[in-house]
Amino acid sequence: MTGAAGWEILLFVALPYVALTVFVVGHVWRYRFDRFGWTARSSELYEKRWLQLGSPLFHLGVILAVAGHVLGILVPESLTEDLGIPESLYAFVAAAGGTTAVVLILAGLGILSVRRITGPRVRNASSTSDRIMYPLMWIMILLGVLETVGYNVFGPGYDYRPTVAVWFRSLFVFDPDVSGIVAAPVVYQVHVTVAWLFLALFPFTRLVHAWSLPYSYLWRPYIVYRRRRTRPDPSPGESAAWTTIARR
Amino acid sequence: MRVRAQFMMVMALDKCIGCHTCSVTCKQAWTNRNGTDYVWFNNVETKPGIGYPKHYEDQERWKGGWKLDGRERLQLKAGGRVRKLLHIFANPDLPVIDDYYEPWTYDYGHLVQAPLGDAAPVLSARSRLTGKPTALEWGPNWEDNLGGATERAREDPNLASIQDRVRLDYEHVFMFYLPRICEHCLNPSCVASCPSGAMYKREEDGIVLVDQDKCRSWRFCVSGCPYKKVYFNHVTGKAEKCTFCYARVEDGEPTICSETCVGRIRYIGIVLYDLDAVTAAASALDERDLVEAHRDLFLDARDPDVVAAAQDSGVPHDWIEAAQHSPVYALARELRVALPLHPEFRNLPMVWYVPPLAPVLDSLAVAGFDAEDPADVFAAIEHLRIPIEYLANLLAAGDVAPVEESLRKQTAMRAYKRAEQLTGRGDPAVAEAAGLDAASLEHLYRLLALANYDERYVIPRSHREDVGALQTEHWSLDFPGVFETRRGQEVPLPHRKEAR
Repeated sequence: MTGAAGWEILLFVALPYVALTVFVVGHVWRYRFDRFGWTARSSELYEKRWLQLGSPLFHLGVILAVAGHVLGILVPESLTEDLGIPESLYAFVAAAGGTTAVVLILAGLGILSVRRITGPRVRNASSTSDRIMYPLMWIMILLGVLETVGYNVFGPGYDYRPTVAVWFRSLFVFDPDVSGIVAAPVVYQVHVTVAWLFLALFPFTRLVHAWSLPYSYLWRPYIVYRRRRTRPDPSPGESAAWTTIARR
Repeated sequence: MRVRAQFMMVMALDKCIGCHTCSVTCKQAWTNRNGTDYVWFNNVETKPGIGYPKHYEDQERWKGGWKLDGRERLQLKAGGRVRKLLHIFANPDLPVIDDYYEPWTYDYGHLVQAPLGDAAPVLSARSRLTGKPTALEWGPNWEDNLGGATERAREDPNLASIQDRVRLDYEHVFMFYLPRICEHCLNPSCVASCPSGAMYKREEDGIVLVDQDKCRSWRFCVSGCPYKKVYFNHVTGKAEKCTFCYARVEDGEPTICSETCVGRIRYIGIVLYDLDAVTAAASALDERDLVEAHRDLFLDARDPDVVAAAQDSGVPHDWIEAAQHSPVYALARELRVALPLHPEFRNLPMVWYVPPLAPVLDSLAVAGFDAEDPADVFAAIEHLRIPIEYLANLLAAGDVAPVEESLRKQTAMRAYKRAEQLTGRGDPAVAEAAGLDAASLEHLYRLLALANYDERYVIPRSHREDVGALQTEHWSLDFPGVFETRRGQEVPLPHRKEAR
């Protein structure tokens, strides 16, 4: 890490660790203390026509984009090489998948955003976290579009796998190596910086519903019965949880 | 055989005067909060009419409730598990707020802050969703007393099969009130539709509730309920519904809608049923058999075998006693005068109705007969098909026989008692012709005409030893008190601490 400038350490080492800490601790805190607020807060009740179009487009696009990030950033280049996947095939899949994701997300988020801004009911129901999260998400996504479409489909192409990806993975083995990201084009640097901010915001928005995919619905019995728990509730002062409330 | 106790309500529709006191007191108790402005856990509809939300009974449109699939097995009408998850990003069957109505308020401050002028200040309606002035085009009770019926009531799905014969002009129309709460079904499609598993039925008393900490706002309960009695709180983003006032019934008190009912139309009690028989009853091949199949589910709490089975299943002794004195069991099963609302939805609803004679008597008077003469009334039940077929579509999946049975019994009881009062002696033949023996007739008379508070509401208390466990089920529906500690699951327990 020698030779890295202070701002590089700040943006590409300190910020990621702070953001990840907030991301993890934020989720634990939210789940423990605000399970009541843990919801997608759907606005379909206010407006249905455009949501029915925009929401599936956006969500499918996001799933594709997340999968693409996992493939491109978390999976080392050496692994795909070992599997015998040629670089050209990887680049084609990345470009095709990325472009599909871009189209879906831009269309979906575009519809959802216009709907949110122009529909008085939905606009009025938007929370502070929505007002911060939406612009941040737009910036992050537009930068990503610029990378995928601008650089890799129409532009000269930039192979982030030996650079950005190496830096990203180095963070998780607690041996940060900023040389990769420092060497990357500015668009990539801004994209990752905004993404860290976005991750830090994530646990405090409605986006937490992403962790609540109700897959167990596929096999649980249709009718849910509950018996009364035989254990009584703790009295004030008798448990750690009550002490937490008392201290507030 | 697993015997369970379940709260049930019966409403005698002839006694409903349409005063909406139940709706108002329920609103005050439960839904006077932000995000529930458009929500009425209890509402009173005028029938014929399209109801609240609009056309809620039309399941071809909303896909609520159950159906039998190709292999005659019970399936959610909106589709199974995979289909639900595929539609999780947008629920195609969800009503929007305009299907209920846009909630509104008034800028009351204007009354005192308006500048001095020649005219008195007036208030215009403002949307509770946007704060902007709004035109009032629909409301929670828009069709009260057939308001607008000449325009909209034909869209009532219960009129579909008698469309060509029914007349809705002033001289020929019939009407009655239909108060509605959550049905707390034996086979609740809202519970089955919830992907999160947040909705559940309490095993001890059958009340259907929403776990506010587990709800993730997927909204399939709202569309899955054919009665549209699960609502979406648009501020908290959580589903909410009628709670059968569990905090009151746990303490032996009737629900707030029943407590404040001016006409004393409501009855609350316990019925015992066999949990293992529910699915088979809901799967009756012919939907016209559903009423009988549902009735057969209710066990006779005076039968020693049933008592033994209930005790084996852990039903407390005082609850079995309450079931033995249950007014709702008497009206639904013994006297067979109460009927379920839309049994064809296959939810096995547990709020039943004694069909009203009023629309039949109205039609009788219009046709020039004597509504006071039992012979004429019986003739009307035979020949005046319109109100009876309508009631059958509402309460018996289109089968007129159970409706006729109930109306005959009510007519016979009235005629007998009137004769007894006027001449000192009723005619037992009238009663027998309607299938009522002397004891049953007196029982019916007692229940419908005289029953006092403690006869209408036979509500066993929850057991003291369960109080601690009950607290863990008392969900907060609002912003304060959102700590998971209410659930008492992860925390060390006082008695364990002592043991150490």
